[in-house]
Amino acid sequence: MEISRDKLLWAYERMRLIREFEDRLHTDFAAGKIPGFVHLYAGEEAVATGLCAHLRDDDFITSTHRGHGHCIAKGVDLREMMAEIYGKATGACKGKGGSMHIADVNKGMLGANGIVGGGPPLACGAGLTAKLKGTDQVTVCFFGDGASNQGTTFEGLNLAGIWKLPVVFVCENNGYAETTSPQYSVSGQDIAARARGFGMPSIAIDGLDFFAVYEAAGEAIARARRGEGPTFIEAQTYRYYGHFEGDSIRYRTREEEEHYRSLDCLYRFRQTAIAQGLLTEAELDEIDARARAAIDDAVRFAAESPMPDPAELLTDVYVEYPMAALWPFQEAAVPVHR
Amino acid sequence: MTAMVEEAVRTLSYREAINEALRLEMRRDPTVILMGEDVTGASHSEDESHLDAWGGVLGVTKGLVHEFGRQRVRDTPITESGFVGAGVGAAATGLRPVVELMFIGFMGVCLDQIVNQAAKMRYMFGGKARIPLVIRTMIGAGFRAAAQHSDSIYSTFVHFPGLKVVAPATPADAKGLLAAAIRDDDPVIFCEHKLLYDMKGPVPEGEYVIPLGQAEIKREGGDVTIVAISRMVLHALEAAERLAQQGISAEVVDLRTLSPLDETTVLESIRKTGRLVVVDEDNPRCSVATDIATLAATQALEFLNAPVKLVTPPHTPVPFSPTLEDAYIPSPERIVAAARATLG
Repeated sequence: MEISRDKLLWAYERMRLIREFEDRLHTDFAAGKIPGFVHLYAGEEAVATGLCAHLRDDDFITSTHRGHGHCIAKGVDLREMMAEIYGKATGACKGKGGSMHIADVNKGMLGANGIVGGGPPLACGAGLTAKLKGTDQVTVCFFGDGASNQGTTFEGLNLAGIWKLPVVFVCENNGYAETTSPQYSVSGQDIAARARGFGMPSIAIDGLDFFAVYEAAGEAIARARRGEGPTFIEAQTYRYYGHFEGDSIRYRTREEEEHYRSLDCLYRFRQTAIAQGLLTEAELDEIDARARAAIDDAVRFAAESPMPDPAELLTDVYVEYPMAALWPFQEAAVPVHR
Repeated sequence: MTAMVEEAVRTLSYREAINEALRLEMRRDPTVILMGEDVTGASHSEDESHLDAWGGVLGVTKGLVHEFGRQRVRDTPITESGFVGAGVGAAATGLRPVVELMFIGFMGVCLDQIVNQAAKMRYMFGGKARIPLVIRTMIGAGFRAAAQHSDSIYSTFVHFPGLKVVAPATPADAKGLLAAAIRDDDPVIFCEHKLLYDMKGPVPEGEYVIPLGQAEIKREGGDVTIVAISRMVLHALEAAERLAQQGISAEVVDLRTLSPLDETTVLESIRKTGRLVVVDEDNPRCSVATDIATLAATQALEFLNAPVKLVTPPHTPVPFSPTLEDAYIPSPERIVAAARATLG
């Protein structure tokens, strides 16, 4: 599949931004700077980027608890993302969602999601909106090998199939649902084969190869845009860090980790792009430097941003609701803005 | 003025009133869609005689497909998580879906999409999402439908921040509150009592919207306040009639909306009568009834002349056998006894 120079530069920049973002969080979490739980996407960059390379701002994605990469690939602001992870008032969700719920509906990012398998029904809804409004918007539904066993995923595949919804289902099989491999948890072992039972095209691809992802995604998204219905892609990939930060990772070997590190998607992208004369080493190095600077800037912004005002506790629950009723039968412990 | 009102009011059943609200809102706003199991029926068939085979399991949505077509009146497979979740996703992206969850007891097969997705999305996203979703669902015992098809477990939804909950008792309220629920920008659980579908009452013609969050005094009185929900409002009114024959003046407050709760109307009535009976068909623990008792205890204790009385079903599933089910449902007799007990 043809790919323009601009798209290549964009893709490499997104992948590098995701890697820098996640590596920085890994370091800063260990240093005790990050509250709560973070699930890092490092290693899987080619999947989010290869898919989102074909999406417009008005297309939708649904995401997972491991959502930072999807957000960056879809164009969510890095400063707002980092501030959200720090729990700051300037965060993408004003500090109310955190790492597991970063969203930007205006960018078509319908939210990271703390519920494994929470996304496929939502993606069908976004697809239904596009279908009934007669637009050619596409929804990409990211989920993991763990969610591939959830009933909601099967229900979503079924709905998308019978209603020919413009949804592309992307199973990021990174080898582990928390600590458990699909070799144990997936009956039949073949995740992509399951989707064929719902009457849609389905392929398994090397999710560590940006170009393979880009090609499969291009066909699936074009098909959805033409109104021909859903496609399923199982992208076989690998996460470099644990399920969450702080995970001691006592469920896989160091040899296995080194093997996958040797197949690193960014390294392979560089090799291919340079070998084929598509981009120069200097161009790629410049992107690396820019990405580091952008992440430094995002961290600085997050660190310097104020914490939310306690009165924000009671806002954004509803579009409209009697504020006093949000702390019923007692005196509110924060100021109530009526 | 009176003549004009009388002219505009005609009689509809609760079922017809809901159907009319759906029809009017779908005409008014092309983003309103309806989906659920067999809301029209036989969607596999091209045979004209099969069109609208059911119109909903109890015929509430009958006829809508003829005006709005199968794209907007959409049969779903029996996969509640899938289609309720699709309603949430559609609401987040620009439609105004009305999703039918056939019986409220089926919440168990889609609860995550309601409470973790629909209810929390706006807050988790820092106010940057709107979920204008209505979930219509049937409640109520007395249909001989046994434990899984007879619940009135709306308090489960009242428990969750982000959801609004409505339970109309009359055809007019059903029409006005459903219109308000559809126009509302938050997710609303709209509870229809299956034993009320055939009940007739005056319903205003044309556009008729009752704001959410307003209780209504269905009968004025001075001796005892009876707060009730959905079909229990009818039982409370029957009890009030019997109490009147015994010289006791009962005020019946129909909550109508359970979240947000109209605390003001309830408290004003308690302050007036000094006595409170709460009638609720939901399970007795952690319920709207216990909420009303909490409201009275925390904000009107000094006005109460007697302990608060609850009239609810027992802490059991809804039974099947008619004699058991009849004993389960709060009866006008029990409401009369509870009201008399508050009077000493």
